[in-house]
Amino acid sequence: MNASVENRNEAQMIASILAGNTHEFHRLIQPYERSVYSMALSMLQNEADAEDAAQEAFLKAFRNLDKFRGEAKFSTWLISITLNEARSRLRHKKTAKTESLDELTEGGHVSPALLRDWREIPSEALERQEVRLLLQDAITDLPTIYREVFVLRDMEDLSVNQSAEALGITVAATKVRLHRARLMLQKRLAPELKRVMPKRRWFPWF
Amino acid sequence: MVLECKHVWEHISGYLDGNLDAAVLEEVQKHLEHCEICSAILDSTRNILILTADERVFELPLGFSERLHARLETEMRGFTYGPSGSEEGDT
Ligand SMILES: [Zn+2]
Repeated sequence: MNASVENRNEAQMIASILAGNTHEFHRLIQPYERSVYSMALSMLQNEADAEDAAQEAFLKAFRNLDKFRGEAKFSTWLISITLNEARSRLRHKKTAKTESLDELTEGGHVSPALLRDWREIPSEALERQEVRLLLQDAITDLPTIYREVFVLRDMEDLSVNQSAEALGITVAATKVRLHRARLMLQKRLAPELKRVMPKRRWFPWF
Repeated sequence: MVLECKHVWEHISGYLDGNLDAAVLEEVQKHLEHCEICSAILDSTRNILILTADERVFELPLGFSERLHARLETEMRGFTYGPSGSEEGDT
């Protein structure tokens, strides 16, 4: 979130909207249009569904603005509304393709894939499309509670604390879910990515 | 205390987020220095996060804002909020 967004007096705008200047809502949400859509798309992986969910989230935020208490930031409140919108769509969409990763989560432990030499980052345009599809599939296959924390923290770049607030769970629980989500993705993706992009260059981590 | 690999794995996410306790961090780092497997796991996990961040959408679909604000406009027509403060005061 950039400085100009932080410096807006959102509390004042909200008070004004509630007092009847409903049109100010357009200006209130403007900085968040992209992040709400982006989050919906990451959760739903379908542009039409994402746009619909984003619109619905903004409409709900508008209708329920008088229930916003200002304990959270407006942006966090908006994100949790979007999250709920995406969740209910996912519940309706649940197909026979049920949580293929559930077996991994039994007992609460996920073992990473033991690959010694997959460390490189792909660079070629040709690889990009395939990598994108692999990532999308893997994220889509994450059980919802892991997908949402991963989307908030690692795609939308919220802090762990903000993610916890948006999810309405504790920071500790957020960290645990995030850890499992990341390891599930590592376990699934490391072998696949290694196949798509055989060693190309080393990344100078150390 | 010497950490085993599977204990190091438990800290990979915290390590990437930089929120491990100093003592744990030191143990993990010590382990990573000599364990090829764990450093490869760490690197691949980190790379997946980098790739994922690259994939996030930076462009809205064409006409997204117009359609959104048009829908809001319809919603706003004749919309009023209930008496303000009606729920205040009880909790
Ligand atoms: Zn190790």
